[in-house]
Amino acid sequence: MFRVIPVFSQDPEKGYGYSEETKPMLNTSHGFVPWGDSHHPDISQTEGTVDGRWVFINENNTPRIARISLKTFETEEIIEIPNSAGNHSSSFVTENSEYVVAGTRFSVPFPQRDMPIADMKGNFSGALSFLKIDPEHGHMNIEFQIKMPGFSYDLSHPGRGKSHGWFFFSTYNTEEANTLMEVNASQNDKDFIAAINWKKIEEYVKNGGGKMVPAKYAHNTWDDDTHTATSVMKKEVLVVEPKDVPGAIYFLPTAKSPHGCDVDPTGEYIIGNGKLAAAMTVHSFTKMLKAIEDKAFDGDAYGIPIIKFDAVNYGTLNQPGLGPLHTEFDTRGNGYTTFFISSEVVKWNIKDLKVIDRHPVYYSVGHLMIPGGNSRTPDDKYMVAMNKITKDRYLPTGPEVCQSAQLFDISGEKMELLLDFPTIGEPHYAAGISADVIKKNNPTKIYKLVDNKHPYGVKSEAETRVVRKGKEVHIYMSMIRSHFSPDNIEGVKVGDKVFFHVTNLEQDYDVPHGISMIGANTSELLIMPGRTTTFTWEPKEVGVWPFYCTDFCSALHQEMQGYVRVSPKGSNLPISFTLDGDIPGEEEE
Amino acid sequence: MKKSKLLMIIGPLLLLGLFIFPLWNITLEAPQYPIPLGMDIHINKFADTHEFDIKNINLMNHYVGMKYIPETIPEFKIFPIAIIAMVVLGVVIGFFGNYKWFLGWFVLMSVLGIAGMYDFYLWEYDYGHNLDPNAIMKFTNPDGSIMGFQPPLFGSKDILNFTAHSYPLAGAYFMFVGMMMTFIAFFVGKKEVKKK
Repeated sequence: MFRVIPVFSQDPEKGYGYSEETKPMLNTSHGFVPWGDSHHPDISQTEGTVDGRWVFINENNTPRIARISLKTFETEEIIEIPNSAGNHSSSFVTENSEYVVAGTRFSVPFPQRDMPIADMKGNFSGALSFLKIDPEHGHMNIEFQIKMPGFSYDLSHPGRGKSHGWFFFSTYNTEEANTLMEVNASQNDKDFIAAINWKKIEEYVKNGGGKMVPAKYAHNTWDDDTHTATSVMKKEVLVVEPKDVPGAIYFLPTAKSPHGCDVDPTGEYIIGNGKLAAAMTVHSFTKMLKAIEDKAFDGDAYGIPIIKFDAVNYGTLNQPGLGPLHTEFDTRGNGYTTFFISSEVVKWNIKDLKVIDRHPVYYSVGHLMIPGGNSRTPDDKYMVAMNKITKDRYLPTGPEVCQSAQLFDISGEKMELLLDFPTIGEPHYAAGISADVIKKNNPTKIYKLVDNKHPYGVKSEAETRVVRKGKEVHIYMSMIRSHFSPDNIEGVKVGDKVFFHVTNLEQDYDVPHGISMIGANTSELLIMPGRTTTFTWEPKEVGVWPFYCTDFCSALHQEMQGYVRVSPKGSNLPISFTLDGDIPGEEEE
Repeated sequence: MKKSKLLMIIGPLLLLGLFIFPLWNITLEAPQYPIPLGMDIHINKFADTHEFDIKNINLMNHYVGMKYIPETIPEFKIFPIAIIAMVVLGVVIGFFGNYKWFLGWFVLMSVLGIAGMYDFYLWEYDYGHNLDPNAIMKFTNPDGSIMGFQPPLFGSKDILNFTAHSYPLAGAYFMFVGMMMTFIAFFVGKKEVKKK
């Protein structure tokens, strides 16, 4: 593991979600939420190939989509999705990064209202949100939300190549059950894949279609110049009713509660992984267009035409294994499907609908990943299987054991297991890309001090100082191997709120410093070269209290420390601050 | 124009390369610096080989009490003037002087060059030996004397965990070639006179 990037959860190692600068990233319409449940990272694309600019990732519990920069490997933006719950069929990107989508797994009243749960059927909706991506900066904006029937929208994938302009969502609970769902949502032999012509809806919206409705959702953005996040509460969202855009949305009947909804690299085959069926449903995009033209429909659901199964179905892969969940592809016409119940990955030919190879995994595999899997050009040498259960695979560590993923070589006819590796988890899904692409984009090594626009930043030790503003004490502090400036501070009083604004003056690769203060009710900070970060401390007792560097920075790391003197509430001791006996900057001529 | 005069005019002009290219480079290699730290010495300034190298050399050296590499030194004012003067003098000699003057210019330039090198050596010596008495880490030689950290004048040398390299850069080659041309001009000029 090279790096853990905090996105939706606080990370005390890096101070993410603890520092004053990053706290706004975790703001939502429900207030500050310290954690998230991420599922599906997806890398931005240009012309159907992963380009390594950004990673998008969803949060299921408090519906949100985040964007991570692959230059800094930091979260740059988080947008909340209103009218949604269980943001699961997310965050997949179209082939030119036009949109990243977010779909609702738990249908809810739309807009929310006080009503009996038992009246769910026909009264709940599932929002499918299309977030436009700014091609320059990657900023996201909810362009429109489609107010779909109250099914569960489980997973999705964009069309590509010939099917570019369409998006496909798998559904379950077309029964619209609201209780004992494991039984009641598993009654229909077929549920649907929803096929959405987003280009058509985009045009409808461009021509003034849709309705702005009140909503409340947070949009949090990170400014790399000030190293500070801002949270803005948005007040409305554009909603599109399917009935208003005829010819844009269809349902494709698909074997029982399909989970993964995967599109092959050519864009022709749409695969429903029939979780509760012993079959894989393969739909044909060409047949779908023909069926639409011929109006080969089998009634409708809430006004949305249901295409006749035979009119859209390319074929069925029968009995390939038990519990198919997800399929990814190579460039040679094969699909690789995970089977949760029979704990295996099965390689099969899509055209022939024939199984080529199967390999056990340990155990109960969920997603699998081939780099560039959601693109026209998978990099098909390797495949990673991500398992949900490990049991006896590794050493016993009490009731909770490690998580596991497995690396396969898929360049040959047979899949070859190369490596089992324990990991933290669960390793739900992954996005892969050749390291060369990331390296070519020149990941950031340091932040230049001259570009630091943090309002409390300093450019040199001479600028470090301590300023009292009523009960607030602002420390403009610097750090460089291997000392803080100032490192002796007096005049702080019990009841003050002390802000440590700390700038790392280093301009060398891989020389972060950390800082922590005894008694501060927050995490440490880990500050990269050229950056300024802030934590607060409210001293409760008089005394002389030390702070120190928390990241092993140099041979003199242990000596990188300082003291703050805290006097009683009514003390008259003025603020003073020194480094080696002098006020910083004054000893220099 | 005579061959010797041409050589004598072009030779000193090549010295102007010193205003474009660095004269010398000192590079410090260590395992934890996969991209080594380097400083390019021009006739009028110290420059980073990679951005922030000098800052990082200073940070590294402060542990053993070495002074910061100064922003500028008096030589950076003198060197450019001396070079310009020598170029003008050389070109004037090229046009109007005889071959004996050519040698005179070469000898003068050589003396100045050696003086420059000696001056640089003195600075390096001071830089490597004039250490802060409060240095964080103090090292002694096997004989008990205080260890110095002077980089080599020319060549490579191990200093604690670093290997220091000190080699000429393009500016120095321009100067060397230019000076050699004036030296050759002397012999060519001498031959031309004899032929007459």
